[in-house]
Amino acid sequence: MILKLDPGERLLYRGPDWDFTTLRRIHDAIEQVALKDMGLDVYPNQIEVITAEQMLDAYSSSGMPLFYKHWSFGKHFAQHETVYRQGLGDLAYEIVINSNPCITYIMEENTATMQALVIAHASFGHNHFFKNNYLFKQWTDADGILDYLDFAKGFIAECEERYGHREVERVLDAAHSLMSNSVHRYPRRSRPDLRTEEKRERERREHEERMYNDLWRTVPAARDGAPSSALEEHRKALLQLPQENILYFLEKTAPRLKPWQREILRIVRLIAQYFYPQRQTKLMNEGCATWCHYRIMTALHERGEISDGDFMEAMHSHTNVTYQPSFDHPRYNGVNPYALGFAMMRDIARIAVEPTQEDREWFPDFAGKGDADGVLRDVWANYRDESFVMQFLSPRMIRDWRLFHLLDDTNEPALRVDAIHDERGYRRIRRAFAKQYDVACLDADIQVVDVDLAGDRRLILHHNVLNRVLLETEDTGRVMQHLADLWGYDVLLKEIDTTTGMVLKEHHAKPHPAG
Amino acid sequence: MHIVDRRLNPGGKSLGNRQRFLRRAQALVRRAVRDSSRDRGIRDMEKGGEVGIPSDGVREPTLRRSAQGGRRDHVLPGNKDFLEGDTIPRPDGGGGRGGSQGSPDGGGEDDFRFVLSQDEFLNLFLEDLELPDLAKRKLEGVEHVEWRRAGYSVSGSPANLALLRTMRNSLSRRIALKRPRSDEAVALENEIAELEREGGEPDRLALLRESLNVLDRRRRRIPYIDPIDLRYRQFAPHPRPVAQAVMFCLMDVSGSMTEPMKDLAKRFYALLYIFLKRRYRHVEIVFIRHTHTAEEVDEDDFFHSTETGGTVVSTAIEEMARIVAERFSPADWNIYAAQASDGDNAPNDNERTAALLKDTVLPVCQYYAYLEVGTEDEPSSIGLGSRASDLWRTYETIRDSEPAFAMRKVRHRRDIFPVFRELFQRRDAKAAT
Repeated sequence: MILKLDPGERLLYRGPDWDFTTLRRIHDAIEQVALKDMGLDVYPNQIEVITAEQMLDAYSSSGMPLFYKHWSFGKHFAQHETVYRQGLGDLAYEIVINSNPCITYIMEENTATMQALVIAHASFGHNHFFKNNYLFKQWTDADGILDYLDFAKGFIAECEERYGHREVERVLDAAHSLMSNSVHRYPRRSRPDLRTEEKRERERREHEERMYNDLWRTVPAARDGAPSSALEEHRKALLQLPQENILYFLEKTAPRLKPWQREILRIVRLIAQYFYPQRQTKLMNEGCATWCHYRIMTALHERGEISDGDFMEAMHSHTNVTYQPSFDHPRYNGVNPYALGFAMMRDIARIAVEPTQEDREWFPDFAGKGDADGVLRDVWANYRDESFVMQFLSPRMIRDWRLFHLLDDTNEPALRVDAIHDERGYRRIRRAFAKQYDVACLDADIQVVDVDLAGDRRLILHHNVLNRVLLETEDTGRVMQHLADLWGYDVLLKEIDTTTGMVLKEHHAKPHPAG
Repeated sequence: MHIVDRRLNPGGKSLGNRQRFLRRAQALVRRAVRDSSRDRGIRDMEKGGEVGIPSDGVREPTLRRSAQGGRRDHVLPGNKDFLEGDTIPRPDGGGGRGGSQGSPDGGGEDDFRFVLSQDEFLNLFLEDLELPDLAKRKLEGVEHVEWRRAGYSVSGSPANLALLRTMRNSLSRRIALKRPRSDEAVALENEIAELEREGGEPDRLALLRESLNVLDRRRRRIPYIDPIDLRYRQFAPHPRPVAQAVMFCLMDVSGSMTEPMKDLAKRFYALLYIFLKRRYRHVEIVFIRHTHTAEEVDEDDFFHSTETGGTVVSTAIEEMARIVAERFSPADWNIYAAQASDGDNAPNDNERTAALLKDTVLPVCQYYAYLEVGTEDEPSSIGLGSRASDLWRTYETIRDSEPAFAMRKVRHRRDIFPVFRELFQRRDAKAAT
């Protein structure tokens, strides 16, 4: 039944029921607020209504609508399903995909209010963030991702058909285990195109001709056998060593891989690269989306387009999502990115509009500027979690959250409280907190450093150990085995302390005999 | 903005992933299924359910920093009374209170638990079980027919209309009878309309009208689709050779069988029943229970009714022989029997039982399994000098000379599944293990 609204009535919907006209009406009203009032800039939206079952499906393949097949996704599905069926956990209300058009999945079970909340949150909040944040702009190709996944799925299915499930599974297992160490962390020099290449070659030749002197011919050549360090350097440079992107290195250099295996490694590492910005911006992304839904729902309520009761429902889920238990609470499970992100966005908006004297000292460039939306848009575009916390965590936030810095050093007999929310502690807490969001500190820094392709072909990697935290031994052994299987020869991983240069631990692995 | 309704899209998109997962963890899942079936009621067997496998087997290793050792910084919310420089004794279990650096997927050592569907569960459970020596295959008339396509017929139900064939007939008939095409009529009508507008050439107009008339009549007389064009896909029954098999379930319900013993026996039969129902759709099952007399009963009575009396085993075997003679000709049927008893028998009946079994029943049987149920407190070393039951001793004389005869003892619920598997394991699978 389609609910007839009075012509004079401003409410977008009544009651929990919705249909597609309602959805469209809600979307259009939200779009008004988002684009006109908040100045958001979004990809075109595509909203897809799915069932709970389909939501579970989507979960198990990283939320993507299409993904190649692998047993680990089946495992995740089984896990989610068990949790869901036992009623231990809820499903997410929404999944949103960083693509152009931006695809948002919403569940059919949700009430009209929840759908409004979700559309505001995902289709505008996340969407704006995807389109404008510099990391996403730099690293992900929103236009191409769905086509690429389609290609990947087809390619891997074809490989399974041609070379057998087992073979493909072996490569995928190995690639997945190295996935998190297979992203380019820094934008690389773009490859010179053919024309510049040719120009450089010509210049080099001209230079040689100018420098030509027949006398050089008579100089005795370097003796064979002792490779000079310059040659060594040259060899490493040709292999692009040291290399932090392990799969990239294997794809380009591993001597024994077949072309299809290289292509699979490439697929896995490109997908890892696609998800890399998401890991670095979880806090900001959720903060942005939560702030957007909060702003939008409030605006709709103020305009009388959402009834009081429905607004209460929205605020109820909003507070659930942004709940942060304190560290000694039994339900404490780390810092809730929704809670912290939202609190910081609200704090920034407050500083922009009604700053205190303290805020003026700490944030001279935008305190009291007035344009909260503009300031936030700038923040969303130009920062990632680490720099965001570093720049914008205000003393007031630290006091409100009663943050403290705890130092856990195994060389000391006890934990020490290093800083609390006082004048002396603000900056230290902020620095330590920012580090918790720095992927460079969270992920192990592992690099391929050397290989002698002409000799025994043993691959040597270094883990630059930070703060004396070594790698998890058992898992590392397994990953090394995978690595050796891909490489085809022995591999050696040395864990080296960055401060002292001492080798703390070594992991060896030999490849399984082929077949 | 687009709104797309995906609810009608086929679900189960990750089915392929699930199959890969089960295949990957096959050995583990199989063991888990067998282990869990031990604690499970027979009724639950039909339900599938949760199993746990060691997470080690389906581990996805990554290079990550260990949760122990080194220097770690934690920034935590909710400070109550700490001041800078306070020291806090280190909580046990390392990692610090924050644990924010801990492994994100929780403990690594726990079992990985997940739900198997009923089919998956039973398939794994009943994997490589089969009725041995299912040799006699025969064409059976009525029940086991397959419907196969059998050309076309001129009558049938609308659902079976063969559209392509019908249209082909219609087309050839229209060509053969020279049915005017519709564009001819349209052309004529246009021409007439034009002439009418211009008002000239009345003769030609009349001529055209006349030929349009003829055309129309002809089109009406020769219909576009005529009932004689209609063709329907025809299906014909096709008898399929099936192996006919009958399973005789012989259970002792006499007074000497205590409740736990009966329970064990019933569990065994329930398992057998599930196995047969799922694996062999065309297996007949005959239930015979006996005290000092034997009678054929239905499934419900067999599993649920309570009755007691003395014990004369031969009555059951006689009853079975009678039913075989009456209904299941050994030439056409694969005959199986499973007998459960506590081993008590009237002393003067043992010889008769052995003779009956050997001369009458075993020759017509593909397989005869004897299950002796005992109680838990009985000494476990049955073979070594302790008291073996009358029936057990009697049957032992038969066992060696008859390859189709098997006997096992069961003393506890948890033995039921292994013994069942042993009795019905596929022969080549057994050889392999």
